[in-house]
Amino acid sequence: MLPVILSRLQFALTTVYHFFFVPLTLGLAWFVVILETIYVRRGNEAYKRLAKFWGKLFLINFAMGVVTGIVMEFQFGMNWAGYARFVGDIFGAPLAIEALLAFFLESTFLGLWIFGWESMSRGLHVATIWLVAVGSSLSALWILIANAFMQHPVGYVLNNGRAEMVDFGALVFNPKAWIMFEHTLTSGLTTGAFFVLGISAYHLLRRKEVDFFKPSFSLAAIVGTIAVVLVILGGHEQGLWLLQNQPMKAASAEALYQTEDPASFSLLTIGDLSGKREVWSVRIPRVLSLLYFNQLNGKVPGINDLQQSYQAEYGPGDYIPLVVFTYWGFRLMVAAGFAMLALAGYALYFVMRNRVGPQIRWLGLFVLAMALPYIANTSGWVLTELGRQPFIVYGLLKTDAAVSPNLTPGMVLFSLIGFALVYTALMGADVYLLAKTAKAGPSGAEAESSPSPISGPAA
Amino acid sequence: MSLNVLWFMLIAILYVGFFILEGFDFGVGMLLPFLGKDDAERRTIINTIGPHWDGNEVWLITAGGATFAAFPNWYATLFSGFYPALFLLLLALIGRGVSFEFRSKDARPLWRTFWDWTIFASSLLASILLGVAFANLAKGVPVDAQMNYTGTLWTLLNPYGLIGGLSTAAGFTLIGAIFLSLKTSGELMDRAHAAARKLWLPTVVLILALLVTTYFYTDIVAHLGIDPGVVPIASLASLLLTGYFINRKMNGWAFGLMAAHIALTLISCFLIMFPRLMISTTDPAFSLTIYNAASSPYTLKVMSIIALIFVPIVLAYQAWSYWVFRKRILSDPKSLTY
Repeated sequence: MLPVILSRLQFALTTVYHFFFVPLTLGLAWFVVILETIYVRRGNEAYKRLAKFWGKLFLINFAMGVVTGIVMEFQFGMNWAGYARFVGDIFGAPLAIEALLAFFLESTFLGLWIFGWESMSRGLHVATIWLVAVGSSLSALWILIANAFMQHPVGYVLNNGRAEMVDFGALVFNPKAWIMFEHTLTSGLTTGAFFVLGISAYHLLRRKEVDFFKPSFSLAAIVGTIAVVLVILGGHEQGLWLLQNQPMKAASAEALYQTEDPASFSLLTIGDLSGKREVWSVRIPRVLSLLYFNQLNGKVPGINDLQQSYQAEYGPGDYIPLVVFTYWGFRLMVAAGFAMLALAGYALYFVMRNRVGPQIRWLGLFVLAMALPYIANTSGWVLTELGRQPFIVYGLLKTDAAVSPNLTPGMVLFSLIGFALVYTALMGADVYLLAKTAKAGPSGAEAESSPSPISGPAA
Repeated sequence: MSLNVLWFMLIAILYVGFFILEGFDFGVGMLLPFLGKDDAERRTIINTIGPHWDGNEVWLITAGGATFAAFPNWYATLFSGFYPALFLLLLALIGRGVSFEFRSKDARPLWRTFWDWTIFASSLLASILLGVAFANLAKGVPVDAQMNYTGTLWTLLNPYGLIGGLSTAAGFTLIGAIFLSLKTSGELMDRAHAAARKLWLPTVVLILALLVTTYFYTDIVAHLGIDPGVVPIASLASLLLTGYFINRKMNGWAFGLMAAHIALTLISCFLIMFPRLMISTTDPAFSLTIYNAASSPYTLKVMSIIALIFVPIVLAYQAWSYWVFRKRILSDPKSLTY
């Protein structure tokens, strides 16, 4: 049992950490694409500076996403050999395709983009960053196709004691994958937008390089507003989908223990220490039915009844996820999402009136709001992955049966501590560099990129 | 040819590509603190691989993904069995990757020196671990009837595994030095060339040791015969010719032959394995093969179609990226990209 718990902790740690960097890569890539495309189309040097500055921040973040991503691919085999044997026939394919179609594209053309400013034409150079952005988005699509199989297995038969692929088309067009892709891509754009808004606000407040950060702020306000609206709409679709396909996850996200019709919405639920039972709650009648069915009535199954029906379907066992995580994960995500909607709309208001500048009231809020997308991204995945438990592949394989049988607790503890230490140190270095580069602004970034004199002291 | 054989070959090609490309990458990393006398030179050295190292590393990721897709049982046994070694490999790859990016973002000498040595140590560790892993794949490891590895990290650190690790590190350093002599200029180029001259003999000694011990530790005699065939012999010949061309300062030829040597050595390893994927020392009947470890025929077919379409495209644009950056890099601080 101990290797399972430690392996789960390690997977949680490395995944959450990895996904700290991925959404910004996804989103910021498209910002650099837009800025450099404007530069090439209009020949406006100011936009080249913009592309280079945001590109530099993109690179620091990208490196972290890459190196933490390799860990993810290896871990499926290292810690979850039982899982790898069971699903490899169908789950390995999208992972291999992701590497072949997306990783090569991203990494090769990013190398060309970084080092190719002087050695290729403008048109070719902007094409490289387009391919990087397409590659990142493709990578998200294929890994989500893989993840969607864990949430909603399709296109397989059980044969030779494992899940074997019989329909590649069904795997690729798994509806769950595409709902998640929309949600993830727009979350990435939202993350990028709030990153740009925050850093622009920081500089506008200090009235430094105002002409540089005004267009950055405006672009991010427009992209951010569109993206966050799409995130919320897509999130709502996800909720409706969950009620049909993963009702236990839906119920646990709402801490709805008893089946209700009309169903009430929990404003605040306090559970016991097991994290799986309700002690006390404040509820608004009918609102949950309204959310799910767009009318004041409608039956929403509760956790206790679902536990009964899951036992009937999958055999004896505990099918209740850790409600304390799914419930709060969901609420944190939604709260952060609506806070971002309000802030993006507020920023857009000044863009529409052409009044972007240091005089915007509460500009400092945007600096603080840089944390919001990270809160939403992380808590959203906590809900998605913990809400799937006790299954690793929904309805097919339980997490306990998936762990590598040869692992000793000592081995996993060693690697868990190792990853935790290295990741903490890297996070420190990464945040230090991002903050330093962001605060220095475009002129700082340009000075830094030409080296200090060899003999002289380092600047 | 069955699809099982095709995928064995494809995965072998992916690892060969990775060993050649990331081989000189790792070599450059190991040479960095020794050949670069000042910051501009060290930057020059890093920039020779700057646009490429990430794309080169994707060869490993793709090889891992292809193993998972085509031979899930191999992937499961290998990755869970070699857990501690792969954990260390991951730490090394993480350290290397961030070093390249972090190093330039702060100009303080101590900061830069720290990341330079991280690049050195992680390149060395990764090279040794890869050599240890493949030597043990050729030698065989304890695997039980349920396809699970039953050894420990120490099982892998046997004399043959260690010789494999050291010879890999030596070969990577040598090709790294030759690569630098092609991509740099002036004093730095001369130093890189001198390093290649010095490294050649120790590499030959280690490769000979690997060759001799291969007859004791693997079943090469039963599998390939006393005369192992053209591939291993050509591998040795290309290493010897590499020395000839280094001495005559024909570094382009030296690079090509060293790349051939690395490729042929790794192909020899795969020839010893074929058609087995994990050779079981517990009982030959427990070995994983390209048949009992494979995905279903349908999956292999789907993956074959995708690979046949996209592998040529990838090869074309990666080759093009090397073409774009084909020029030597000058150690002139004004022209260096940081």
